[in-house]
Amino acid sequence: MAQGHLRRFWDEFAENRIAVAALVVVLTLVALALLAPLIAPQNPYDLSSLVLSDSRRPPGFVGSKGFTHWLGTDAQGRDLLSAILYGLKISLQIGLSAGAIAFSVGVSLGAGAAFIGGRFEAIAMRIVDLQLSFPAILLALVISALTGQGKLQLIVALAAAQYAYFARTAHGAAVAERSKEYVEAARSTPLSSLRVLFRHILPNCLPPLIVVATVQVANAIALEATLSFLGLGLPPTEPSLGALIANGFQYMLSGRYWISIFPGIALIILIIAVNIVGDQIRDQINPGLRR
Amino acid sequence: MAAFIVQRIVQGIVVMAAMSLLVFLGVYAIGNPIDVLLAPDATQEIRAQTIARYGLDRPLYEQYGQFVWRVLHGDLGRSFVFNMPVTTLIFQRLPATLELTLAAVLGATLIGVPLGIYAGYRPQSRTARWIMGISVIGFSVPTFWIGLVLILTFAVTLGWLPAGGRGETASLFGIQWSFLTGNGLKHLLLPALNLSLFKLALMIRLARAGTREIMLTDTVRFARATGQSEATIIRHHVLRLISIPLVTVFGLELGSTLAFAVVTETIFSWPGVGKLIIDSIQSLDRPVMVAYLVLVSLLFIAINFLVDLCYVALDPRMQKS
Amino acid sequence: MSEPLLSVAGLKTIFNTRNGLLHAVDDVTFSLDRGEILGLVGESGSGKSVTGFSLLGLIEQPGEIAGGSIRFDGQELVGASINTLRSIRGKRIAMIFQDPAMTLNPVLTIRQQMKLSFDAHAGQQQSDFTKRAIEVLTKVGIPDPAARLDAYPHQFSGGMRQRVAIAIALLHSPDIIIADEPTTALDVSIQAQILAEMRSLAQETGTALIWISHDLATIAALAHRIAVMYAGRIVEQGTTSALIRAPRHPYTQGLLNSRPDRFPPKAKLPQIRGAMPSLSNLPQGCAFAPRCQFASDLCRSKIPPWSGTPQDGFACYHPLERAP
Repeated sequence: MAQGHLRRFWDEFAENRIAVAALVVVLTLVALALLAPLIAPQNPYDLSSLVLSDSRRPPGFVGSKGFTHWLGTDAQGRDLLSAILYGLKISLQIGLSAGAIAFSVGVSLGAGAAFIGGRFEAIAMRIVDLQLSFPAILLALVISALTGQGKLQLIVALAAAQYAYFARTAHGAAVAERSKEYVEAARSTPLSSLRVLFRHILPNCLPPLIVVATVQVANAIALEATLSFLGLGLPPTEPSLGALIANGFQYMLSGRYWISIFPGIALIILIIAVNIVGDQIRDQINPGLRR
Repeated sequence: MAAFIVQRIVQGIVVMAAMSLLVFLGVYAIGNPIDVLLAPDATQEIRAQTIARYGLDRPLYEQYGQFVWRVLHGDLGRSFVFNMPVTTLIFQRLPATLELTLAAVLGATLIGVPLGIYAGYRPQSRTARWIMGISVIGFSVPTFWIGLVLILTFAVTLGWLPAGGRGETASLFGIQWSFLTGNGLKHLLLPALNLSLFKLALMIRLARAGTREIMLTDTVRFARATGQSEATIIRHHVLRLISIPLVTVFGLELGSTLAFAVVTETIFSWPGVGKLIIDSIQSLDRPVMVAYLVLVSLLFIAINFLVDLCYVALDPRMQKS
Repeated sequence: MSEPLLSVAGLKTIFNTRNGLLHAVDDVTFSLDRGEILGLVGESGSGKSVTGFSLLGLIEQPGEIAGGSIRFDGQELVGASINTLRSIRGKRIAMIFQDPAMTLNPVLTIRQQMKLSFDAHAGQQQSDFTKRAIEVLTKVGIPDPAARLDAYPHQFSGGMRQRVAIAIALLHSPDIIIADEPTTALDVSIQAQILAEMRSLAQETGTALIWISHDLATIAALAHRIAVMYAGRIVEQGTTSALIRAPRHPYTQGLLNSRPDRFPPKAKLPQIRGAMPSLSNLPQGCAFAPRCQFASDLCRSKIPPWSGTPQDGFACYHPLERAP
């Protein structure tokens, strides 16, 4: 049954050329990021491979190591192309991990609350609602500031800022499902409650959750970039795309635009592509909004 | 109606109390504030003096108690870094942020809503597709990147507008505002534009979705059946019906915009509260951090409350008493 | 015999959906005289509502009127300009919909909504409005109309709301009112009331009425003539008494047979076996053939032509015997 659905879903997806193009872009970027250690001309984290006198050079410059810096170099002498590839990897890593954690925590909380009901549900959803009325960036900012720099801390901060969306959606969907008859039917069988939750309720809650997930992945990437840009998040030795942009910011006014702009372009392409794919997935899952 | 207001106020107080506790614990319990104030080679004596002066050696609950007491009296402490009352510090910089935020939000709404309504009214037209395409960009691209591009284009390359700072201000009601001077406006334009883009995209999408939905209802069909013109339908039916969800989002996004001002202020060196918080996070200026968070919480609760009031005022169905 | 007020001939309305072409209204012909009450009856999906909308040109994408003619008082409405249509809508032909909770705008007062309809047709004085509004509200039986003008729709009961909608329809004293299932969403007790009121209103004002419904019993109590629709086509038309007494189309007979009130409690209700075909997948010949006990190969291969006049007739190769 799932096979037929997936097939039809893909067929419809394929009709939108732009969405397919965007998907290709996303996959390409992911591939590039994964292959970064293999294809990058330089390892930007290896401080010993950096030559300071090669710093802030324009695109096309041939460095003292003998290879061409296609996109120029940054303030530390890092080859920008390599830095972008590695930065992509980090951005994707963090964005996806944070998203995955937010998803698991949020869905467990939301669906669990709907399942357990009673006071727990009321209090839990109250907290979620409260958190939803605060902008994610503020939350992430504060948590990040308090926990300091580092990959893990950043992921925690992002996940903490995002789980609420998943919790609310999962809760709403689970509440709608639990009053449906098939749940009562399943509960009347010897199946344990947990089994009912996992085998029956959760799969039917998936569509709206997928919709939220597509939005949140793009958000996580953008949020991470913003935090890194502001100086929180990752240490300067392992820059993500946001940090790269921040590093180059001061050189913008003196005309050395490439240090900020190229990482920026890479970031934008990633986010827009993810959003386009997400839009298409959303349109297909919510056919009522189409026409 | 009165019961509703009282209930919301009580809720607000509870939330404030919880928030203040959380914020206080978070900020004070993690890390050592002493290290910000003193050079590593300060003598024990100076250390002890500083600790006593700032009350950093008292047990945490006592510090919290003192904190709440002081806050209720309007004293939010003294900034470690600037060595002046936090309240003064914040209120000095508040007008700049308010100005920026209001300019951004008004711009986004006044431009975004009409565009969105058009896109919802004629969804298949080329103009509509363009509008939606651009809104995707405003939606996905992080604010700071757009700021970068704006600076690069308008300040560096074209040299039309300044790259940062607030410019000249003039006084109104005793407060300095920059929109009152020509130079000030020039400085305000780019950051306001930057800040507004995300919200603009949001407003466009919302207005479009709302308009689409309403155009398909029986209400519109009935109106058409009575011979009302399309213009009338848009003005009296669509606009009225759409305003309810729009106002809700507008209010909620107001808070979000205030938060995003942090980024814009950093990029454009706009001397507002946002830049203050970033700087104080980096320098671990705890009183400022705490005060900012408490004030922001208060602001959010107030905004949510006002939005709820507007909702009730706009939708006659809620007025059943 | 003067020309009928409304003459519909060969009307075709199609919808271009993702799943194919939907023939919602397929070659529909009927007419309406001044002051006449015509009942349009059919089950869900038979195309009766779409017929009503087509008369006023209220068909939106992906639908369109693909052919035929609608002549109203000497004017051709198919292909007419939007301004022409607008000048007729609400003023000469008015329409009431099924659920007044959905048709009335919840955030506007009754006064505001009536005024919008009133002003849609310029040339009226401002002061005339309040007078006229109170007049029509009184006519439809709203108590204390002057005060009720400033109320909101949610402050009325369902039946009252529908009366308000009828009042709006009456504002400009139209020649025809099209009522699309106006009582379906109301309580049964109110249904009978509104029905009776509409009948006397129509008689009193001389307004022609097209009453669209799935309930044959309701229509029989109200209409002068009945047209039965099936799968987008009219299968039988005639005066109410003749149609009820001696139907000629097997479908009409089936409808008449399945009225619950004709049977004692606990009796098994007869059903027309099968289901109406989907409008995007109509069979080649007569649409009713798959369910008809009299169907022959001819029925299945060719659509039966209309035998009779635009006011009275049927489309069937094996009509039921009519007693002389």
